[in-house]
Amino acid sequence: MSTIHSESRIHERYLRHSKKFPNVWCAGCGIGIVLGAIIRAVDSLDLDKNDIAMISGIGCTGRMPVYVDFNTLHTTHGRALAFATGLKLARPGMKVLVVMGDGDALAIGGNHFIHAARRNIELTAIVVNNATYGMTGGQYSPTTPQGAHAATAPYGHIEPPFHISELAVAAGATFVARSTVYHVTELQKFIAHAIQKKGFSVVEAISYCHTTIGRMNRWGKAPDMMRRLKENSITVKQAEGKPEDELVGKIVRGVLTDRERPGYIDLYRQIIERAKAEAEAA
Amino acid sequence: MSPMLMQGDEACAEGAIAAGCRFFAGYPITPATEVAEVMARRLPQVDGFFIQMEDEIASMAAIIGAAVGGAKSMTATSGPGLSLMQENIGYAAMAEIPCVVVDVQRLGPSTGRPTSPAQGDVMQAQWGTHGDHPIIALAPSSVKESFDLTVAAFNFAEKYRTPVILLMDEVIGHMREKVELPDYATVERVERAQTLVPPEWYKPYENYPVDVPPLIPFGEGYRYHITGLHHDERGYPTERADEVNLWLDRVFRKIRRGLSEILLYDADGIDAAETLVVAYGSTARSAHYAVELARKRGRRVGFLKLKTLWPFPEEVVDKAAERIHRVVVPEMNMGQMALEVERVVGRRKVRRVNRADGQLIKPDEILAAIEGMR
Ligand SMILES: Cc1ncc(C[n+]2csc(CCOP(=O)(O)OP(=O)(O)O)c2C)c(N)n1
Ligand code: SF4
Repeated sequence: MSTIHSESRIHERYLRHSKKFPNVWCAGCGIGIVLGAIIRAVDSLDLDKNDIAMISGIGCTGRMPVYVDFNTLHTTHGRALAFATGLKLARPGMKVLVVMGDGDALAIGGNHFIHAARRNIELTAIVVNNATYGMTGGQYSPTTPQGAHAATAPYGHIEPPFHISELAVAAGATFVARSTVYHVTELQKFIAHAIQKKGFSVVEAISYCHTTIGRMNRWGKAPDMMRRLKENSITVKQAEGKPEDELVGKIVRGVLTDRERPGYIDLYRQIIERAKAEAEAA
Repeated sequence: MSPMLMQGDEACAEGAIAAGCRFFAGYPITPATEVAEVMARRLPQVDGFFIQMEDEIASMAAIIGAAVGGAKSMTATSGPGLSLMQENIGYAAMAEIPCVVVDVQRLGPSTGRPTSPAQGDVMQAQWGTHGDHPIIALAPSSVKESFDLTVAAFNFAEKYRTPVILLMDEVIGHMREKVELPDYATVERVERAQTLVPPEWYKPYENYPVDVPPLIPFGEGYRYHITGLHHDERGYPTERADEVNLWLDRVFRKIRRGLSEILLYDADGIDAAETLVVAYGSTARSAHYAVELARKRGRRVGFLKLKTLWPFPEEVVDKAAERIHRVVVPEMNMGQMALEVERVVGRRKVRRVNRADGQLIKPDEILAAIEGMR
């Protein structure tokens, strides 16, 4: 039976009270909203906290695990998925959630990201895409829009961005969905689905960083940036059939893929059987 | 088991299996590839996981992740890969995660000469990652020692909650020798320490009363935090200098208190010696031969073969060199271990014998140094 807990109970159940609060994030930051969505998603699935690991790299997003009462591992910049791969193989029964910023997941960790998707190890990757390096102060990241100003692009950014979700689909992830910190119930639903998925899943949570790149581009305060997420996004369905130029600058929300592929751990178990049979025969 | 002809790389992999290693992540590189190949075949036979990662950074990360899950884990590489692993080796030192990193050294810097032997990673093993931390590094000088020291590496890793580096070299890795391996059931293994306290009392970085608090694997009901940031006893990030100092004191203390078992070496003929030869790895084989030649010529030569390179066995070397006028340190680099020996016994006593051109150091060259000809 699944129990839905009231909001206050959820905080009590999932946040660490021995850890000193308040958190490191700026007031109004979207990362806390993603954290909220994650714990509500976990709660809706009625999982045992002992069986959940949350792993992160380095960045503002990387600070998320310390606040939650799971098995938490704050690793090195870009490497969270590689640490997670080892943990998952050592503890196949655990649900392993990997939270990363866009720089963490796609710049320094880009190689691990595509290979984790290709291998299809059962991990849930949640990428908080704020289109910049928040922690180091608003330098351009692999998802910074062309033309934007950043701490390291004082004359405007000339590189085109990555599309995280499309990249994940192409690399082989079995479930990929994108939402925003404005559409928080949708985000929560996608995360819950991703956690249950048997395979490598990716949820891209579009967020913002009003204190760095937002300020540099006069994108407004946190509420203004929230409004932009609301106004600038359309669903996958609405986007269907629209010509590409109409989609420029739009956030396309929804499930980009939900498919079945043999999972790495199941395939490896077959290897174990084959190896043992051969050793016995020899 | 009956005697077998095998390579050092194979013996290392077998030592890992015997020690209880059940997770290997790696990336192919000469002259360490054979370790991965044997592990790929052997691990599934014992319900273990082998995975070839996308690079060495990921390999190092994966073995730490697996160790956090409770598995004994290992990776194997050579110099270029060890360089890539350094950030995460530092993570393992900081977070005190047991794991074994095999470095089958080849001639560097850079791609250097992939199939030529060298001992150029001695300093990298200790100082390759940033920041102050102790490390344990072991160097075998035979195929059998590759097996034995791999087992020792796993046991030290678990007992002291630290990454351990096995510094092999191309000669030892690729050389074949006849060895008789023990029955694996008889091999002494140190298993992950348990705790008696309930989850609410558990502190993964407790400073007292023990030096090495147990690391409970994830998934066993002890939910806690691990980070590469400086942290307090519970594992939570801290900016307090007093808490940083507690950690620093403890991690150095835990290794210092274990020195009597961590420092492995063979010493012979030291008491009556006038000259001392200090060597390790494959160079110890030439050195041993040179010592025998010198003794046949009537010289009193002591021989100290170091198996533990880090922590540097200061007191062992100091004591061995006490009444000695000349200490010969042959090594296939431009003088890395010699720096440590000089630090302990004084520069004047030390005669370095170095090669960093991919050639082995011949006994003649060492003999000449023993006899004061160079
Ligand atoms: C190897 C390494 N390089 C650089 C850094 C410095 N650094 C810390 S966080 C960060 C970027 C964070 O950006 P992102 O991953 O997008 O996360 P956010 O802070 O925006 O959540 C960088 C470059 C580091 N910690 N480690
Ligand atoms: S710097 Fe940006 S991403 Fe980081 S906490 Fe502040 S608002 Fe959030």
